[in-house]
Amino acid sequence: MTLILLITFGVMMIVAALVALYSRDIVSAIIASGVVSLLASILYVLFGAPDVAMTEAAIGSALTTVVFLFAWSRIRGIASQDDSTDGEVR
Amino acid sequence: MFKRLFSLVLVGALAAAFFPLFAAIGDRADTSSLAGRYLDEGPEALGSANLVTSVIVTYRGLDTLGEVTVLFAASAGIGLVFSRMQPSPATRRTSTNHPPSELVVTGAGLLLPLITLFGIFIFVHGHLTPGGGFQGGVIVASGVLLAFLSGTLKELSHGLLAALELCAGAGYVAVGLLGLWLAGGFLDPRFLPTGEIGALFSGGAIPIIYTLIGIKVGAELSGVIDAMRQRRVSP
Repeated sequence: MTLILLITFGVMMIVAALVALYSRDIVSAIIASGVVSLLASILYVLFGAPDVAMTEAAIGSALTTVVFLFAWSRIRGIASQDDSTDGEVR
Repeated sequence: MFKRLFSLVLVGALAAAFFPLFAAIGDRADTSSLAGRYLDEGPEALGSANLVTSVIVTYRGLDTLGEVTVLFAASAGIGLVFSRMQPSPATRRTSTNHPPSELVVTGAGLLLPLITLFGIFIFVHGHLTPGGGFQGGVIVASGVLLAFLSGTLKELSHGLLAALELCAGAGYVAVGLLGLWLAGGFLDPRFLPTGEIGALFSGGAIPIIYTLIGIKVGAELSGVIDAMRQRRVSP
């Protein structure tokens, strides 16, 4: 049973990682990389490491995703600012 | 094409290199002598029901102090970099300024107390249940994030964050020094009574240390989130 779950989640992790690599949309790629962490934390629970699973879920899938999304939104903000002010140097 | 082939070969080689680790995942019946000693003596010597916590906070306490220092350096670096990127008037005009949706605001009102309480529970009960200061601190910081997104929290006082971080960090080292003077060594939690295994007040100073780490990590990561988020400027 554990083996089936392991293979299922492992395949899902690989698929999510490939989506993160090859997705055209940056936001989907960020979410997919968060999904990789979330599935990894489920695997940690299955193998009896709830402490590590909690860290992975909180930091890997929640906080990292949020930091990436913030960074992406700021990059877009800077890009649109450059467009509107004709590359004014700050 | 050659580049892609090369990366595929590299991934295959990595998989082959790590396969023995994966194949041996089932049989971990035998432990090394050091791990065996932690397993045998840990619960009785420290009175902490969660053995992982006693290893992290006591046997590997110095490493944890180093980890906390690394996190502090990282958050200070992020604060330094982003403090130079204050939004100019041009950004203020162009920044997308949607109000948070009704769903987020209502959900945040319901979830915020629960998330904060759960985070505090995780680090206060670090010696009893899985989790501890780092995990609890991150959960508290994610609550702060939700408060920002829903507009419940407009500004975060940097003085308060700095004071919390300072007190928690200094308190952590002070607890370590108390262990050095009153018990066996630096970060030895046994200068307080170890109590009964499974009780809230047990494990000596382990709950105190984990609470301090939780406050410190929560304050640092809230500072990171505050530094990185796009300022919501009122038009």
